[in-house]
Amino acid sequence: MRRKSALAAAATAALALVLSACGGGGGTAQQPAQSASGGAAEPAFNAGLTSVFNPSTKKGGTLKAAHSADWDSLDPGDTYYGYSFNFGRFYWRTLTMYKTGPGPEGNTVVPDLAEGLGEASDGGKTWTYKLRSGLKFEDGTPITAKDVAYAVARSFDKETFPHGPSYLNELLAWPKDFKGVYKTPDVDYSAAVEAKDDLTVVFHLNKAFSSMDYVVQMPMTAPVPKDKDTGAKYKEKVVSSGPYKFESNEIGKKFALVRNDQWDPATDPNRPALPDRIEVQLNVNADDLDNQLIAGNIHLDIPGTGMQPAALGKVLPDPALKARTDNPIIPRLWYVSVIPDNPPLDNIECRKAVMYAADRVANQTAYGGELAGGEIATNVMPPPIVGQEKFDLYASEGNKGDVAKAKEALAACGQPNGFSTTMTFRADRPREKALAEAMEQALAKVGIKLTLKGFPGSSYFSDYAGNTAYVKKNGVGLAAHGWGSDWPDGYGFMQAIVDSRTIRPAGNYNLSVKNPEVDKLIDQASAELDATARAKLWVEVDKKVMEDASILPVVWAKSLLMRGKGVTNVAYNEGQSMFDYVLLGVE
Amino acid sequence: MTAPLDVSGSAAEAHPEAVLVGAGKAIQGRSLTRIAWMRLRRDKLAMAGGITVILLILVAIFSTPIIAAFGHPPLEFHQDQIDQSTLLPKGAFGAMGGEFLLGIEPVNGRDVFSRIVAGAGISLLIGFLATILSVVIGTTLGVIAGYFGGWVDQLIGRIMDVFLAFPLLVFAIALAGVIPDKGFGLEGNSLRIAMLIFIIGFFSWPYIGRIVRGQTLSLREREFVDAARSLGARNGYILFREILPNLMAPILVYATLLIPTNILFEAGLSFLGVGINPPTPTWGGMLSEAVRFYTLPHFVIFPGLAIFITVLAFNLFGDGLRDAFDPRAH
Repeated sequence: MRRKSALAAAATAALALVLSACGGGGGTAQQPAQSASGGAAEPAFNAGLTSVFNPSTKKGGTLKAAHSADWDSLDPGDTYYGYSFNFGRFYWRTLTMYKTGPGPEGNTVVPDLAEGLGEASDGGKTWTYKLRSGLKFEDGTPITAKDVAYAVARSFDKETFPHGPSYLNELLAWPKDFKGVYKTPDVDYSAAVEAKDDLTVVFHLNKAFSSMDYVVQMPMTAPVPKDKDTGAKYKEKVVSSGPYKFESNEIGKKFALVRNDQWDPATDPNRPALPDRIEVQLNVNADDLDNQLIAGNIHLDIPGTGMQPAALGKVLPDPALKARTDNPIIPRLWYVSVIPDNPPLDNIECRKAVMYAADRVANQTAYGGELAGGEIATNVMPPPIVGQEKFDLYASEGNKGDVAKAKEALAACGQPNGFSTTMTFRADRPREKALAEAMEQALAKVGIKLTLKGFPGSSYFSDYAGNTAYVKKNGVGLAAHGWGSDWPDGYGFMQAIVDSRTIRPAGNYNLSVKNPEVDKLIDQASAELDATARAKLWVEVDKKVMEDASILPVVWAKSLLMRGKGVTNVAYNEGQSMFDYVLLGVE
Repeated sequence: MTAPLDVSGSAAEAHPEAVLVGAGKAIQGRSLTRIAWMRLRRDKLAMAGGITVILLILVAIFSTPIIAAFGHPPLEFHQDQIDQSTLLPKGAFGAMGGEFLLGIEPVNGRDVFSRIVAGAGISLLIGFLATILSVVIGTTLGVIAGYFGGWVDQLIGRIMDVFLAFPLLVFAIALAGVIPDKGFGLEGNSLRIAMLIFIIGFFSWPYIGRIVRGQTLSLREREFVDAARSLGARNGYILFREILPNLMAPILVYATLLIPTNILFEAGLSFLGVGINPPTPTWGGMLSEAVRFYTLPHFVIFPGLAIFITVLAFNLFGDGLRDAFDPRAH
């Protein structure tokens, strides 16, 4: 039986390959095992996770990349996607950046434009960065601290740049009358970000903040020359500070990068800059993109979030194709918010009953299983977060849920026969729907009856699960939810989803954690300058949340990334949670 | 003399066929229904459609024993049958076989056969009840508009235009998204089903309404209506005893043709995720899940076939019915 099904699966996969070869415009998809020429590296599953796959220092060639949608914006002040932060480093440099390459070190930050990491003074309220000397824009003008400060100040204007992160808007001590460099061009913003001299940038913060080095690796600190700034139109012609510059740029269609001869490798220890040219196609159909990646017509899938379900069905059963993939755990948690707003879930024992009753394996399967979905999560912080500790307060045999303990908790809650509540999910996310169905089945076993309700993802947080009035009025008890971190430390991952003081009438991402002790620990952690002690405090936060039983972790997400054919120097970087794009080269 | 004359049977007398009845018992007269039934019986496609419809209704009514006999409970997971890395069924052809007649779903491993059988009830229920609702509203307003004419006709005609111009799908999505949990004495999915019936039925009555109005316009000029009127029959009497019985044929035909449209509409809403809440199985919902796994033919084909066969059967039967009642339309 097993054998037969394996044969059938192989036959299906072979058929799929033939189909993909047709769809992808020919190619030799039938012999994926022979793709790596020269034998520099044998393709193996997860080969790019712990070491650089197919290492090379050979320069030249064209790296062909594709994106299944449009870029949010190519402007460093107006972009908020992980792929954009990752890819942008080809044409911009920021004060710090993630250490390139594989392994846990990818989570740490190293200086980029700056000589060293930031120096905190005033108890963490002032951060000073010294720039390297000899830095130049693509037109040969030197990059100074003024250009960095200007870039930070221009990113403040969220009407002109709606996409970018707003961390620096909230962290820095902006003058009251500053409304952005375009609306109030004469207001001096040096109270927030200041160019002390040509090579010194100083940030003045509202309150002590310890993770500043992680914030300044974001592209808001990529220098922008004031005389070349065209506001919202700057994305059409970005002035490069990195190893590549724009040759052409058709917004929404494609663009091409070529070498920037003003970039001096001596000032940049992080980027090998191997290809001569980088071509990017936009708005390529996602399934077609996967097929072209498998066939080798495209080297790189820019979004870096993993292959589509259709491609997974053909890649995973085929050992040769599977050997070309990496399957990292990314800093993203899929979970269920257990909302304490309505009875009986305001009683911690009833929330614990949910924790025990949930079938973690079924939940994992709902999310796509072990490879495409993720690892069963037992606590909030995912493993790639700095200092994460794994613990399990609600362990059960084989992770299948513990009916006896759930019933005990129900009895302690005064609901021995169970209760009814509503679970929300995003109707346009099939995995969340599958999760809701799995929860309904598992909880029914202990007498908890779930009514499942799907809502459009675009208004899920504004009108439904993240709207406190709606939750109260409609008796929502559980809500499918997911969260990824902007940077891989405790603050970057946890703050937005566990700090009860962020809760507003609508648009909440923290749906269920309302614990003053958690809030106190968050304050302690974000003021702690010692990295080890800080990480420990975030683990404490994690434990408090789990004790409170207000978050039911489902999976720490994994993505399945395929290494392009003929691509050298491929390594998964934990900081980027995808392949490290600036390392890539072509054979 | 205000009391109405004894006009019972005047409708029958008005029928051309009724003349035959009156002519004597020697020649057995055939009613219109009987003639239509004879024509219908000769139409093999229509008969096949009709038999399929009856079978579908039987399946929907007896879904519980059918599932008990041939399948597994429609909500039961069988994840031991699922390959954990690809999430596809372990067995060939979606694990089709004696255990699971039509295979199992990917991810959860639920029995596709049971879910299709269980989904038949909801599809047909919504299809029928929504149609009945629109027939009731459409016939009432259509007859009134056609019979009275003048400003009544103008008013009802404009109302129909408004309803026909209404972006029904958009409205249904918006409304289905905000249906509360409780209301009108109903709860959960029964409330959702009731709301869907209301939305679909309430917005499709003008299709029936227009046809009925047109038919009434021509009927009210006929001699038997004139006769009844000249004998002093009241409007209500003429409407419901003289005109309505003559409208039964077109109403029956168009209702039969409206049912599959409504079933499709429900499937469409479920496909878009605004129909019945999961985990209750619906055909549209199954199809929308199948889209994610289009490499898995059985999962797409069977719910698709269920919708296809149902809609085709109703359409064939409805077309046959129309031809039988009105051969000139052929």
